[in-house]
Amino acid sequence: MIPASFDYERARSVEAAIRLLTERGEEAKLLAGGHSLLPLMRLRMATPGLLVDLGGIRELSYVRRSGDDLAIGALTRHCDLAANELARADSPLLAHVAGQIGDPQVRHRGTIGGSLAHGDPASDLPAACLALGASFLVAGSAGERRIPADEFFRGFLETALRPDEVLVEISVPRHAEAGWSFQKFTRRAQDWAIVGVAAVSDGSTRISLVNMGSTPLRATAAEEALAGGASAEEAAARAADGLEPPSDLNASPEYRRHLASVLTRRALEECAAVT
Amino acid sequence: MRVSLTVNGKDRADEVEPRLLLVHYLRDVLGLTGTNIGCDTSSCGACTVLVDGESVKSCTMLAVQAEGTEVSTIEGLASDGVLHPLQEAFREHHGLQCGYCTPGMVMAASSLLAEHPHPSEAEVRVGLEGNLCRCTGYHNIVKAVLSAVAP
Ligand SMILES: Cc1cc2nc3c(=O)[nH]c(=O)nc-3n(C[C@H](O)[C@H](O)[C@H](O)COP(=O)(O)OP(=O)(O)OC[C@H]3O[C@@H](n4cnc5c(N)ncnc54)[C@H](O)[C@@H]3O)c2cc1C
Ligand code: FES
Ligand code: FES
Repeated sequence: MIPASFDYERARSVEAAIRLLTERGEEAKLLAGGHSLLPLMRLRMATPGLLVDLGGIRELSYVRRSGDDLAIGALTRHCDLAANELARADSPLLAHVAGQIGDPQVRHRGTIGGSLAHGDPASDLPAACLALGASFLVAGSAGERRIPADEFFRGFLETALRPDEVLVEISVPRHAEAGWSFQKFTRRAQDWAIVGVAAVSDGSTRISLVNMGSTPLRATAAEEALAGGASAEEAAARAADGLEPPSDLNASPEYRRHLASVLTRRALEECAAVT
Repeated sequence: MRVSLTVNGKDRADEVEPRLLLVHYLRDVLGLTGTNIGCDTSSCGACTVLVDGESVKSCTMLAVQAEGTEVSTIEGLASDGVLHPLQEAFREHHGLQCGYCTPGMVMAASSLLAEHPHPSEAEVRVGLEGNLCRCTGYHNIVKAVLSAVAP
C-alpha cells in the first residue's frame, strides 16, 4: 500500500531538524532508516504531515571511544554497528545484537537511533541498551540533555523524547571483560523475537527482556534474586515476576513467561561461561 | 520534489511525490518491471534492489531517499545479452520455478557475495533470510549461489 501524502524535507544538520520539528509541532516526524516508520505509514497507521529526513546527516553515523564509554551516533546502521571493530571489542553484546536484527536488507537501512526512538518492546537494541546501562544524548530547542536508558521507555511506542527532540548519540559503558549473552527466540527466519533476553554481568548482573510487556524492560525480580545470592536457575524462575507479557498469534502470556525463564537461565549460564 | 540518482548506470532525474516508494519509481516511472512486489509488510524481499551496492527492500524506501545514490536492479546485471554468473547459476541449478522471487533473490545474493565473497552454505541460508520463495524450498537457490562463488 501507499502512504498518505506528506511534505518532505531533508535536514542538513541536527539544528535544522530541530528547527523543522519546532515549526511544525506534532505533525512532523523524523525519518532515519524508515524501517519502522514506513511500514506503519504504508498501513496508514501513521500519517505524519511532514517527514524530516535525517539520512543525509553523515556526521551522525560513527562509533568511537569516549572515556570509559563507547559512543555511537544515532544514525549508525545495524549492519555498520554489527561489523564495527571497536564495537565488537568494547561492547560485544551490542554488536552481536545489531547483527541479529531482521535480515540483511533491514540491517542495511535501519539505525540504532530509529530503533530506540521507536520504543517497540519487540525490538532488540532497546533491551540491549537496558542491560548495558546505556544513556542517550538528545538535542532539542531547549538544548541538550542526557537520558538514562532506564528512564527512556515510557509506554507502548512511547519514549521520553519530546516532539522537538532528536536522539543524537548512544553511550554504553565499555565492557570488553564482562560476561554477556543475548537469547532471541524466533520461530521463523527474519522475525522479531517472540521473547528475547539480554544479560550483562560484571560484578552485578543486569537482565532485560524483549517482548515481555508494553515497553522494553528489566527483569528486576530475577536481578534482585541474583544479588541476594540465588542460583542462576532460581533467579531465572523469577524472570517474569510482576510482568504482563502480551498475547498474540505467536504466543500466549503463559508461554512467554515460560520462555522468559528458560531463556534467562540460558543467558545467565552463558554469561558465567564468558567471564 | 526532484530526485536525481543513477539507475543501472544511467543518470536519472524526475519530479516525484515524496510518498512514491522506490519500487514504484522503478516500475511505474522508469518501466523497470523486473523488480517485483510480493507483500505489504516488508517481509518477502521480492522487491530487493541494490542501493550503493547493498541490498535494500525497495518497497520500504522512498524514492526521494535514494537521492544521489546508485541503484541497481535485475535489469542491470546481464551485459550485451550475456547473463551475469549468478543468473546463469540460477538457471543451471534450477534455482527458480515460478520466478516471482528470483529478481529479489538474485540481487540479495549479489549483495551477500559482495560482503562475504566465500560464504559457507549456512551463511548463504542466513544471508538470504530476507527473501521468501514459495516454490523451490530454497535448496537449489542455495546450490546456485554457492556455485557462483568465485574460486
Ligand atoms: C522486515 C523487518 C524485520 C525487522 N526485524 C527486526 C528485529 O528482528 N528486531 C528489531 O529490533 N527490529 C526489527 N525491525 C525494525 C528495524 O530494526 C528498524 O530499522 C528500526 O526499529 C527503526 O530504525 P529506523 O532507522 O529504520 O527508524 P525509522 O523507521 O526511520 O524511525 C522510527 C521512529 O523513530 C523516530 N526516529 C528515528 N530516528 C530518530 C532520531 N535520531 N531521534 C529521534 N527520533 C528518531 C522516527 O520519527 C520514528 O518515529 C525490522 C523491520 C523490518 C521492516
Ligand atoms: S514487496 Fe515484500 S518486502 Fe518489499
Ligand atoms: S520460484 Fe516461485 S516464489 Fe521462488
